[in-house]
Amino acid sequence: MTRYSIFSLARNAFNNHRDWPAAWRSPEPKAEYDVIIIGGGGHGLATAFYLAEEHGVTNVAVLEKGWLGGGNTGRNTTIVRSNYLLEGNAHFYEKSMKLWETMSQELNFNVMMSHRGVLNLAHSDPQVDAFQRRGNAMRLNGIDAEYLDRNEIQRLVPLLDCSDNTRYPIMGGLLQPRGGTARHDAVAWGYARGADARGVDIIQNCEVTGIKRDDGRVTGVETTRGAIKAKKVGIAVAGHTTQLCQMAGVDVPIESHVLQAMVSEPIKPCLNTVVTSGAAHCYISQSDKGELVFGGDLDGYNSFAQRGNFPIIEHVVASVCALFPAFSRLRLMRTWGGVVDMSMDGSPIIAKTPVDGLYLNGGWCYGGFKATPGSGWVFAHTIAGDRPHALNECFSLERFATGCVLDEKGAGPVPGAH
Amino acid sequence: MLLINCPWCGERTQSEFAYVGDANVVRPDPDTVSDQEWINYIYIRSNPKGVHDELWQHIAGCRCFVKVRRDTVSHEIIGTAAPAGKIDGREA
Amino acid sequence: MNGQPFRTAAGGRINRAKPLVFTFNGRIYQGFEGDTLASALLANGVHLVGRSFKYHRPRGILSAGAEEPNALVQVETGARTEPNLRATQIELHEGLTASSQNCWPSVAFDVSAVNGWFSRLIPAGFYYKTFMWPSKWWKAYEHVIRRAAGLGIAPSEPDPDHYEHRFDHADVLVIGGGPTGLMAALAAGRAGARVTVAEERTEWGGALLAGNETIKGKPAADWVGGVVAELSTMKEVMMLSRTTAAAYYDHNMVVLAERVTDHQTSSDLNLPRQRLWQVRANQVVLATGAIERPLVFTNNDRPGVMLASAARAYANQYGVRAGRQAVVFTNNNSAYRAALDLSAAGIDIETVIDVRNEVSPVLLDGLKEAGIGCLTGSVVVGVHGTKRVSSVDVMAFDTTTARPEGKPRRVQCDLLCVSGGWNPTVHLFSQSRGKIRYDDTLAAFVPDVSFQNERSAGTCNGAFQLAACLREGAEAGTEAAVQAGFKCGTAPEPPTVGDELPTALQPLWDVPPPSKFRGKRFVDLQNDVTAPDVALAHCEGYRSVEHLKRYTTLGMGTDQGRISNVNGLAIMAGLRGVAIPTVGTTTFRPPYTPITLGAITGTERGQHFTPIRRSAMYDWHVKAGARFVPAGLWLRAQVYERPGESLMQAIGREAKSVRETVGMVDVSPLGKIDIQGRNAAEFLNRVYINDFKKLPIGRVRYGVMLREDGIVFDDGTTTHIAENHFMMTTTTANAGPVMQHLEYYAHVVWPELDVHLVSVTEEWAGMALAGPASRKLLEAVTDDIDVSNEACPFMAFRTGTIAGAPARLFRISFSGELAYEINVPADYGMDVWQWIMNAGAPLGISPYGTEAMSILRIEKGHVVSGEINGRTTAGDLGFGSMLSTTKDYIGRHSLTRPALNDDGRKQLVGLIPDDGRTAVPRGAQIVANPKRVAPNPMLGEVTSSCYSPNLRHPIALAIVADGRRHHGETLHAVSPVTDEAVKVRVTDPVFIDPEKERLRG
Repeated sequence: MTRYSIFSLARNAFNNHRDWPAAWRSPEPKAEYDVIIIGGGGHGLATAFYLAEEHGVTNVAVLEKGWLGGGNTGRNTTIVRSNYLLEGNAHFYEKSMKLWETMSQELNFNVMMSHRGVLNLAHSDPQVDAFQRRGNAMRLNGIDAEYLDRNEIQRLVPLLDCSDNTRYPIMGGLLQPRGGTARHDAVAWGYARGADARGVDIIQNCEVTGIKRDDGRVTGVETTRGAIKAKKVGIAVAGHTTQLCQMAGVDVPIESHVLQAMVSEPIKPCLNTVVTSGAAHCYISQSDKGELVFGGDLDGYNSFAQRGNFPIIEHVVASVCALFPAFSRLRLMRTWGGVVDMSMDGSPIIAKTPVDGLYLNGGWCYGGFKATPGSGWVFAHTIAGDRPHALNECFSLERFATGCVLDEKGAGPVPGAH
Repeated sequence: MLLINCPWCGERTQSEFAYVGDANVVRPDPDTVSDQEWINYIYIRSNPKGVHDELWQHIAGCRCFVKVRRDTVSHEIIGTAAPAGKIDGREA
Repeated sequence: MNGQPFRTAAGGRINRAKPLVFTFNGRIYQGFEGDTLASALLANGVHLVGRSFKYHRPRGILSAGAEEPNALVQVETGARTEPNLRATQIELHEGLTASSQNCWPSVAFDVSAVNGWFSRLIPAGFYYKTFMWPSKWWKAYEHVIRRAAGLGIAPSEPDPDHYEHRFDHADVLVIGGGPTGLMAALAAGRAGARVTVAEERTEWGGALLAGNETIKGKPAADWVGGVVAELSTMKEVMMLSRTTAAAYYDHNMVVLAERVTDHQTSSDLNLPRQRLWQVRANQVVLATGAIERPLVFTNNDRPGVMLASAARAYANQYGVRAGRQAVVFTNNNSAYRAALDLSAAGIDIETVIDVRNEVSPVLLDGLKEAGIGCLTGSVVVGVHGTKRVSSVDVMAFDTTTARPEGKPRRVQCDLLCVSGGWNPTVHLFSQSRGKIRYDDTLAAFVPDVSFQNERSAGTCNGAFQLAACLREGAEAGTEAAVQAGFKCGTAPEPPTVGDELPTALQPLWDVPPPSKFRGKRFVDLQNDVTAPDVALAHCEGYRSVEHLKRYTTLGMGTDQGRISNVNGLAIMAGLRGVAIPTVGTTTFRPPYTPITLGAITGTERGQHFTPIRRSAMYDWHVKAGARFVPAGLWLRAQVYERPGESLMQAIGREAKSVRETVGMVDVSPLGKIDIQGRNAAEFLNRVYINDFKKLPIGRVRYGVMLREDGIVFDDGTTTHIAENHFMMTTTTANAGPVMQHLEYYAHVVWPELDVHLVSVTEEWAGMALAGPASRKLLEAVTDDIDVSNEACPFMAFRTGTIAGAPARLFRISFSGELAYEINVPADYGMDVWQWIMNAGAPLGISPYGTEAMSILRIEKGHVVSGEINGRTTAGDLGFGSMLSTTKDYIGRHSLTRPALNDDGRKQLVGLIPDDGRTAVPRGAQIVANPKRVAPNPMLGEVTSSCYSPNLRHPIALAIVADGRRHHGETLHAVSPVTDEAVKVRVTDPVFIDPEKERLRG
């Protein structure tokens, strides 16, 4: 692997950058692998990377039906945070946060992790209480959290309307200073390059059409490029988890919904914090390119279309203008949708399945991007050792039967409510 | 924005409706149900990529529930009916 | 100000009688009504208008329309400033102020242009490879990167203008007001259909405005005028100019963005600035035209390089010469028209450079007649001049090697018109889920298979001849009307047109430079993506069209790749050695051109962001000086401060008055559901965990309902009003969800039950009268209800007249005092409230708000949303004994799950500060040892907290692991984020009157 640095850039500048090696190979699939990961998004690629890096498992293939990072990895609003109330979530996302902090160096690929802070705005007394409760839980769990009053928020985000003359005046907010954003595509590319360098075969345009089993045990997969044998198969295809699990006869408590995101035209820096609002149902940040990136609620009905509908765009944009009246004259440049796995308690599933050798990573709801490194890390551990890590024991499939659900919002078994 | 044909009110725009979910969910008999069936009733939904029978409620209209057969990829609506009614056309 | 040196002596569609003065980069210029900012600048000889995104290269005006990648400007100042507007679309108006963006100190001398010197160090995606060492410096690196990025500047004040939404239902929506669209509208309109026509530009006529075609032997404009006049007389036809069809959604819903007053000097305040239309169309005709492609060659970005069609539009439509000496560089026939028109406008055409060896004699004869030379089989390999084209280098082109050959010849010119072919505007078609295909003859993507009820016609359908456009338009309009149910004969006969050039093209995607030739070949002008950048993406493995886009940022600018994408993917196809359709296209994502956020927001801004719900007594609360608090959509009276009182004193006074005399609170927002039917009791019995079948008429019962997963959903009282008639109350926040929950079970799960549900929250004004003196007061305001304890005991329900109004009286208590809830029809609410307040004055009645109400309920250990948090069970909250063992109810079967019966579950308890003084932080967590370093295990959380004016010390409710077994023990309520920690004693959650003597008294 050619190391990336200012020096390698300078060296390559002499021959006009014609000799850079491919970031990853494009191998033909082999007949058999120790582990097959289905899904070449951030989670699948991170899993392959950590299988090789942490567990020495290198006879691994990542199968991607389209192009790397073409699912939700490349369609989200790039927010990274670990501001959770419930213990299981808190420790898992904090592990992920720690991995984000060193990811660029670990991968030798600048994923532009920007710790610019994630601010949740409270618009009522109960929300103030809830955010303080969450902030306190974070602090007691060793995670950074600060409660800001209205004046502190106004200083941090000058264009935010902190006056009383709004429908839902801002009363305070919870800030996670280490939260922020990262360059989403780069995460997939960085893990792909790292995994490839460690021997993992990354195979694009290879759709899995069946999961082969023998006597309750996985034996391989059928693909559009032929059958491939494997001792273990990991599924990391959020958005299409139900479809893949059905191939192995596994029922999962997940529905697929479309979540839209959108960007404004690029403008000079005017928003240095990620701002989210529970009352206004939106989250907004400014990318390094200058675009305002924002999103909100689900479209609201089951969907496998990577495009959205207008009512939600109206609602999200109205929310943005309610929070930032000065943004009203800016323009919406691009909108898109991603198909997300809505799990029945709002928390992910990273677990063994009833089929031996088949492992599941899915149910990410709105928040899969921030989990990417942690998810890959614990999923690799789960696959390599055939048992979950302490950090993902709580994300089992059995929790629904036992009642140990992780319902951060308390919204109940309604997919789409989380 | 979808256009949904409410069997009682006629074609109305999506914003008059609230999405309810999988129309195949049947509440099991609580006296005879097994634990697994009960858990499935609460947590497992059909989630097809393609034709889906689902319930919407005409919340800003007659407040009745409407069974809608819709393609989850194209959002084409194949037909609508009362919750217990039958929809002709492409099957789920 | 000067005399517009590049304006032609006559001609064009501008109004020379109406000069307009405008300012660009601080200098004052003059243009005419009918100009765009771009045409007015060109008329004044201004070509340098902007700087590019990455290298800050000087940039000019490339196009004359929505596809403009370069000429982006910031208009106006202060609250009305707007960044990134395309100069080619800004209608000139008196006093317009505009300036260049992304340059400092000026567009002519931009310091950041040094980026160009380092350009070899910063190819596509360079930032992924560097800025990683030392890791701590990333923040500083990022600061610099962010400041360099971005284009214009966001306003920093609230938008002073307003916007509106309109909805339209059309039989036929025609998108595009050019020859095709007008013909389609005419055909559909004559058939009687309700037609909406949307045209992006100010004037109708589309490409005809920029040309000099004839229709029926007369200038095309005459025909346009006639058609528009006829359409204007049709009652069912709506013509929307200045209106961009921005997005095409499911079920033929199209979003249009109309610019209403943007072109006016001073806005008419009665008009919205912009209007957003949502059109539900039975049928759609897409007549969106086509956009010319530039060519990729060295320094193809210099000011003075312009699309041939744009130069032609500036000459014909605006009477502007875009230069003095021009060279035309093309691979297709359309540019020959431009050459002739420019020549006619007085521009000296040095030569036409055509990459093709074979060119139709008709074209060459035409040039010869005009005295214009032509070099076939040649290409422009490079441009000289930095802030303006000064000359070009021309070489022969070897089609077998696809490289220039021989010696370059230098041609002087200040304008280079380029044409690389045309891309049909298939954006909306593709958004509608139509499938596109690659047409080899046109070297472009064209519509293939429709998905929704739409059809493409004319140029956007690949028909580049005017006669064909008119014919397709007529057919499409007729077909759409017929499909929409209108009877009409055959399509109207399209009018005859003058002679047309045949279309022919030889693809030319990239002109590789001769060796040692310096300079950049831009594919995406706005984002500074070059042909070598595409090659870099290819060699590093970013070969899928989406990777190409994301790695190089090709097509991600404000123009969304309208003119760059096809060139980029064709170059990638060449590198990969595959056909262009194999590489595919990126998705065409809405909107087509950017839409103002304010227009999308419409009127839902400021206080109107969501509707406000007010109770019938709202005005009384206002007059009484209430402070209000939002509760969902409701505004509720929080506290009534008296002069000289602090907030806390006022709340305490209100709470004390209830325990000592009498108080009244407005409880109208509580959810109220009227339940009727033969099986209403059975229904309620299945909904609540406790029994409702045996509830006698005239009695009220407190009920708890679960979700099907066994978790507490809501609580409230339900009253047996009459036979088969009940009324349920819900919490304010859950009024809607509970209604939907009940309706689902009534309609879908148990359709066999005869039960009918109606939300009556707004029908009744509700007021709770609470306190030891409440009975005495009630006696004073009713004649026909016996309110004695015997006649109206705790949990009784009575009807009668209260304060002169028909009323329902419920003897229930949230405060734990002797209390009554009175419901009267909402229209009586204000009178009744006032009557009771007057009658209560001698007794010292006090209105109380939500704060005092909250204190009273905490004192009684009543639970609300902090406790019913979606994770607690009936057992956790102390309702375990209410769980019926003799019936089924929603959620019962889930209660057997092991985790719902764990020993360590968090249970409702009360907390009292150990020192009897320190308030318990409202968001605190409960720990055993506050000094323990993280992670410090949390035993529970505070759910409600207040100072009890009646007990004279702070109290709190909490849920604590196995809490009921720990009454009397001390724990710590800690709140690191507010830097508070209190030692607390665990108690029973009922702090006042656990024997319930007060409320039964």
